Order: sequence, then structure tokens, then C-alpha cells
Amino acid sequence: MEALGLLQWCLDGLLGLGLLWLAWRALACSDLFKAVVLFIAFGLLMALAWVRLEAPDIALAEAAIGAGLTGALLLSALARLRAIQANGTIVIPAQQAAKVQLSRWLAGTILLSAAIGLGYAITSLPPEAAGLSAEVTANLAASGVGNPVTAVLLNFRAYDTLLEMAVLLLALLAVWSLDGLPTAEAAAGPVLDTLARLLTPVLILVAAYLLWVGADAPGGAFQAGSVLGAAGVLLLLAGWRLQPSLAQLPLRLALVAGSGTFVVIALLTLLSTGRLLAFPPAQAGTLILILEAVATVSIGVTLAALFLAAPPGHKEKL
Amino acid sequence: MTASDYLAALLLISGAVFFLAGTLGLLRFPDVYTRLHALTKADNVGLGLVVIGLAIQAESLAAVGKLLLIWLLVLLAGASVSYLVARGALHKGIRLWKR
Repeated sequence: MEALGLLQWCLDGLLGLGLLWLAWRALACSDLFKAVVLFIAFGLLMALAWVRLEAPDIALAEAAIGAGLTGALLLSALARLRAIQANGTIVIPAQQAAKVQLSRWLAGTILLSAAIGLGYAITSLPPEAAGLSAEVTANLAASGVGNPVTAVLLNFRAYDTLLEMAVLLLALLAVWSLDGLPTAEAAAGPVLDTLARLLTPVLILVAAYLLWVGADAPGGAFQAGSVLGAAGVLLLLAGWRLQPSLAQLPLRLALVAGSGTFVVIALLTLLSTGRLLAFPPAQAGTLILILEAVATVSIGVTLAALFLAAPPGHKEKL
Repeated sequence: MTASDYLAALLLISGAVFFLAGTLGLLRFPDVYTRLHALTKADNVGLGLVVIGLAIQAESLAAVGKLLLIWLLVLLAGASVSYLVARGALHKGIRLWKR
């Protein structure tokens, strides 16, 4: 067992050093494409680190959203940036060297003081702290689900999740308000087409599984939604576009459904129990399932729409 | 250790050897096409051996099914993505390596 412990210690050490090195390379790399690829590798290693910290819920979210979808978004942003530069419509001003130096020193100082503060906070923590896990376990029966992470996210602190849904929607609104983004079209070809056709049903099934299993095991609305979003990104890459009849009201309804249902349920609980998002234990399981199901669809559609950037049916100006 | 343990260990180690060879190829091969060739060997055969090794020790048939599904998905994604990378490289005008 001694050797196994040492091996795990080495593995964790390598993981930590690898994360630091990848983060530094991603920041310092002058080639943006390389930087994005390094960022994706960083996200995957980060997911492994979460697994080693026994936080599979966060590992799933990090791998799907942090590495996968953010990577896809960054790559598509890069393609658009190159299209803009090739068109010569936007000239990125060359910053003065002194200004760059100053901002680097400033950012470095702020980050260093934050790191010192964090380090101090961590060393002053008691080595063994119970945290709130005992309270969560004690109240798990009343939450309507068996997975403590889902219980916290969708019941005890559902307010946070409501705000997260709103943040996602706001991000999409901000992207949609950027007018005249060029779209980087690429010929899909038969292989990508077949891959998208084969994988889309599998991804929908995986999303439904993650949503359902989230009640008792790692999984839930954000993980399921990001898998759904990945299916959307794959379809968009293969050249699929939403039918014009669905692109207006139905799409917008799907986008706001998650936040909307959250607000409606919040109002209902406010009226019936007197407190915002305080679910009665008897109905909590059902309410959480409804919330998560609708949120999954909204998250998936929002992430895919973020990848497409311009609202569907929008006439490109470039 | 029983016979199945030895078999599982043998399969896992052979899988690791394929991954090592694939990584070496990725680092040492001269151009993008030969590197893709090395990489897909690690993904397809290496992961296959690891999956079979883990499946021998799996606790339930459902776990075996999940492992096989992972392998199939990686095969599908790996083959398609390496085709797309190679096609992208060819379109970009990267020549095939010749000695």
C-alpha cells in the first residue's frame, strides 16, 4: 500500500505541475491557435484533477463545458477573427510596448497579491473541517433527490442556479447584439455528415441519461445540457441549420424556457410557502425533475446558439 | 492473484505499450499524416486492450457494456477526426512527407 500511495502522490504532483505548465504556455503562446489547443488540454487535465479530488460532478462539467464547448467557442471565434483580418474590415491597433508592459506588471501584481491572499487563507484553514456536508446529509431526505450535489444546486441553493441560467441567457443576448459577425463556413463532407448523423441520437440519449441519473449520482442539468449543446455544435459544423419556421418564436421560447420555469416555480413557492424556491418536501423531487428537464433543453439550445453566434435567419453583412 | 487477474494485467500493460508507442510516434514522426497514423493506433488498439482488460474485472454486465460503448465512440470519433485533420492539412497544401 505504501508504494501505491507514493505512486498516487507522484501522479497528483505531475497533474498539478502539468496544469501550471499548460496554463503558462496557453497564456504565453503567441500563436492563438496553439493557445486554444493548450487551453483545451488544460481543461481535460483539470477534469482529471477534479476526479482525483473526488468531485465527479465538477469533473463532468469541466470536461464538457470547460474543455469541450469553450474550446469549440474559442476555435470558432478564432476562425471569425481570421476572416475579419483577411477582409481588412477591422484593424486591430498595435498597442504601444510601454503600455503593454505596464498592464502586464499591473495584472501580475494583482494576481500575485491574490495568490498570496489565497495561500494565507488556505494555510489558516483548520486541517479537518466538516463544512456543511453534515447539514446537507441531514436534510437530504427532504430535498427530493439522493445526490447531495443536485440537492444543493437545485434545492438548498436553487437561487444560484436560477442566476446561472440568467447569466447564460445574458451571454447569448450580448453575442446576438454584436451585429455583422462573419460566419466561417466550411464544406462539411460526407464523413462529418455521417458522424453527426450517428452521434446526435447517442448524444441526446446520453443527455437524457445524465439528466435522469443526476438525482442519485453525478450528473444533472448543466452536464446534460452541455452534451445537448455539443450535439448542436456537431450538427452546425456538419452544415445543419434550423428551419426558418422554427428559428423565430420556437427558438426563443426554448432559450428562455429554463429561466422562465425557474421564475414561475420561484413565484409559486413564494406564494404557497412564503419563501423563494423553498420546495415542499413531498413535491420537491417532481419540481426538481421538471426544472432540470426544462433547464437542460435551454442550456443545450443556448450553448449551440452561442456557437452559431448570429441569430438564425440573420442576414450576414460581410 | 487469479488467472483472470494476470490476463487483465497483461492486457492493460499491452494497451499501455500501444499508448507509449503512439505517443512516441506523435513526437518523433516527420509530418502530420504519419503522426495521425501513430495516434490512431494508440486510440484504437491501445484503448481496446485497456477496455478488454478492465471488462474482465468489471463488476456487472452493465459496466462491460459502458466500457465497450466508450471504445466504440472513441473509435468512431478518432477515425472521423483524424480524417478531418488530414483533409484539412491536405487542403492547406501540406505536402506528404517523402524520404
